[in-house]
Amino acid sequence: MKPFTYERAKSPADAAASAARLENAKFVAGGTNLLDLMKLEIEQPAHLIDVNRLALDKVEATADGGLRIGALVRNTDLAADPRVRRDYGVLSRALLAGASGQLRNKATTAGNLLQRTRCPYFYDTNMPCNKREPGSGCSAIGGFSRQHAILGVSETCIATNPSDMAVAMRALDARVETVRPDGTTRSIPIAELHRLPGDTPHIETILAPGELITSVTLPKPVGGTQIYRKVRDRASYAFALVSVAAVVQRDGNGSVALGGVAHKPWRVEAAERELPRGAKEVTRGLLAGAKPTDQNAFKVPLVERTLASVLAEAKG
Amino acid sequence: MKTPRELEMSRRNLLVGTASSVAIGSVPQAARAQNPVADVPAPTSTVPATAKVSFTVNGVAHELDVDTRTTLLDALREHLHLTGTKKGCDHGQCGACTVIVGGRRINSCLTLAVMHEGDSVTTIEGLGTPEHMHPMQTAFVKHDGYQCGYCTPGQICSAVAVIDEVKAGIPSHVTGDLNAAPQLTNAELRERMSGNICRCGAYSNIAEAITEVAGRPG
Repeated sequence: MKPFTYERAKSPADAAASAARLENAKFVAGGTNLLDLMKLEIEQPAHLIDVNRLALDKVEATADGGLRIGALVRNTDLAADPRVRRDYGVLSRALLAGASGQLRNKATTAGNLLQRTRCPYFYDTNMPCNKREPGSGCSAIGGFSRQHAILGVSETCIATNPSDMAVAMRALDARVETVRPDGTTRSIPIAELHRLPGDTPHIETILAPGELITSVTLPKPVGGTQIYRKVRDRASYAFALVSVAAVVQRDGNGSVALGGVAHKPWRVEAAERELPRGAKEVTRGLLAGAKPTDQNAFKVPLVERTLASVLAEAKG
Repeated sequence: MKTPRELEMSRRNLLVGTASSVAIGSVPQAARAQNPVADVPAPTSTVPATAKVSFTVNGVAHELDVDTRTTLLDALREHLHLTGTKKGCDHGQCGACTVIVGGRRINSCLTLAVMHEGDSVTTIEGLGTPEHMHPMQTAFVKHDGYQCGYCTPGQICSAVAVIDEVKAGIPSHVTGDLNAAPQLTNAELRERMSGNICRCGAYSNIAEAITEVAGRPG
């Protein structure tokens, strides 16, 4: 690990200002992903701003009947929150499908959104990776790509976003609230937070330097049957090959987002109109333009089958 | 002629002594003088920085002056010489380093010591002693919940916390009804213990040990 200086932030605005003022500074909250990457020297911050003491650890009702989830709410606490379990079951399920008990106790809501890909070539510093070292090439294209993206891929990167939580938040139309170094705030639809790789796969979100996520908001509950189905190589403690977050209403309409298939949670609202007709019809629109490799082409039928299983379960 | 046991002891003392002196000797005075908690960072420094941190381990207060890079795991093992907590993968994948902080199990390898100001840490040494073992330790011995024993401190710390998590009503991936109180079935405890890997494969005996302790009243 490279040396770094360390400070404990006093307020969200101070943390953002400090991050913007100092060269190569990073926020640290749970640290479960950042420290892993720092040990491998994939992340080399010169300064760490510890935001753990900020008062951003509450889940509160919003004026419009939704929820505001503080950036520092731990994954365990969010999954166990009675309101989330009752009204946003898909979010609780997605959180519980991710990582291990120890990691969920530490990992935060904002950190989960900002975690980096688990592409093995991003982690292997002996191999080229455009995300780790822009311009060096992509080892996954033509390499072992079984776990990689099939949608929104580019010539420079086929990495996936590893979050389960974000997939459920996408299906629930969450918004991400931030504070910028000048003290101004904004609310970003989660659909716009993560970027596709394009030719700059090292830039993963639209957040500006120093911009700090302060909370995630959920709109008022929409009811329905909420399901998160994760398909993976082990029954527990593994990243998704494919996952489906679904909110299905009695009339068969609803929302569906996919994990494990792209550089961001994948949702195509237009395709959801086909939900009452079945998985095959939805998948056609949802996976339009898919560019799988020889090794991950199985994800195309796997998405359809997983969605069919989810819709069958929702029907009861 | 020394017995193997005496040789082992002196080798360990030598290693501990060497580690301490290196830790003190290698930190330049300039770095020791600066206070990284204050707002005076060096943006592109390649010089190790240190910071002070105070926390309680197994009921004993400690104040440490550590390289900011020191993980909680290394602080416990190398600074406080509590070597019961094990370093396995050092990347949060195996669970051997599991300790309980503020009542919650975490991977001590993926958190910095300086992030634990004011925290209360419990390690395997704090759960029980050879003379007064924690019920979970007794159950692991009784059910032979280990072979080599390297993952055992992490397994036991995790298991103790798992029982508390179920009592607190925290659901898991295999909980059928999210809105009902979870029960510690075999499927539940296996899911909840999935962050603790045992290469010897003592899982069925570990499950039996946890089940026995969980089944006790109170």
